[in-house]
Amino acid sequence: MTVWGIIIALGLLTYLTRFGFLGLIGDRVLPAWLLRHLRYTGVAVLPGLVAPLVVWPDATGGTLDPVRLVAAAVTLGVGVWRKDVIQAVLAGGLVFAAGLALA
Amino acid sequence: MQPNRSPFGQGVAEGLPFLVVMVPFGALFGVLGAEAGLPLTQVMAFSVVVIAGASQFTALQLMNDGVPAVIVVLSALAVNLRMAMYSASMAPHLGRAPLWQRALIGYLLVDQTYALSAQKYEDQPQWQIPDKVHYFAGVALPVFPAWVGATWLGAVLGAQVPDAWQLDFAMPLAFLALVGPMLRTRAHVAAAFVSVTAALALAWVPWNMGLILAAILAMLTGAEVERRST
Repeated sequence: MTVWGIIIALGLLTYLTRFGFLGLIGDRVLPAWLLRHLRYTGVAVLPGLVAPLVVWPDATGGTLDPVRLVAAAVTLGVGVWRKDVIQAVLAGGLVFAAGLALA
Repeated sequence: MQPNRSPFGQGVAEGLPFLVVMVPFGALFGVLGAEAGLPLTQVMAFSVVVIAGASQFTALQLMNDGVPAVIVVLSALAVNLRMAMYSASMAPHLGRAPLWQRALIGYLLVDQTYALSAQKYEDQPQWQIPDKVHYFAGVALPVFPAWVGATWLGAVLGAQVPDAWQLDFAMPLAFLALVGPMLRTRAHVAAAFVSVTAALALAWVPWNMGLILAAILAMLTGAEVERRST
């Protein structure tokens, strides 16, 4: 029962966060200063979300893991260099798999 | 990437490669959900109703730790607050689409669909609203079923996946791969740098509020650097 409550509450509230602005703002033009901030949403959230997972991974009990660090650096580096998400994932994934095999 | 492909076709073509990350990530949630003792219906309900990987993992982790339900919901929701910012940044592009389309887009607005669409709309300023909606639908078409299908597969296969695969790292790699191509200007790089530094420095703040604070600081940084360089 509690689990269903969590699923439904989380689903509903998450939907509201996604639909909120899109639904409410509609065709009103947002001010330039707000748009200037919103341009950086992706680079503001995702790196911060990932950083602790790379530096303190749960799988190693929260200690720094060279294989994960290198794989993360390769993924980011290839992404910046090639401007291609998939090449970045594949490069990082291969480095990670190779690192695990060697470790 | 062929320029004369329809926006919908471009969306499908650019969304498809994400199966490489959505499938292992969704399957991982299925596996962990089953290992936590959730029945198949509840594991599936998470992926269909919430569709937000990072927050689903957060909720699962906290439920395992026996945290009260209200805290579970609030913490997982904090992880999802970035979606509010996604929604706001989609509004100038899609705000005039019909309500039912916006309602569906809201449902499918996840990291991947947002990241691809935001980038595309900046690259194609001449696109009309239907083009933008079609592109979004194209991206979501492979991504969403892959997420749900992979969850099901993971839940059914359950604990048979060997730990040696270290699937936990699929999500960080996927997110990093999204970030790389976004680092196009000095302002983007500055924002990303502040995001990482502040998120690590504020990791002690409860309920993931550290990430929210870090994101706000990073957005302020990006906007300020842009303002000064124009």
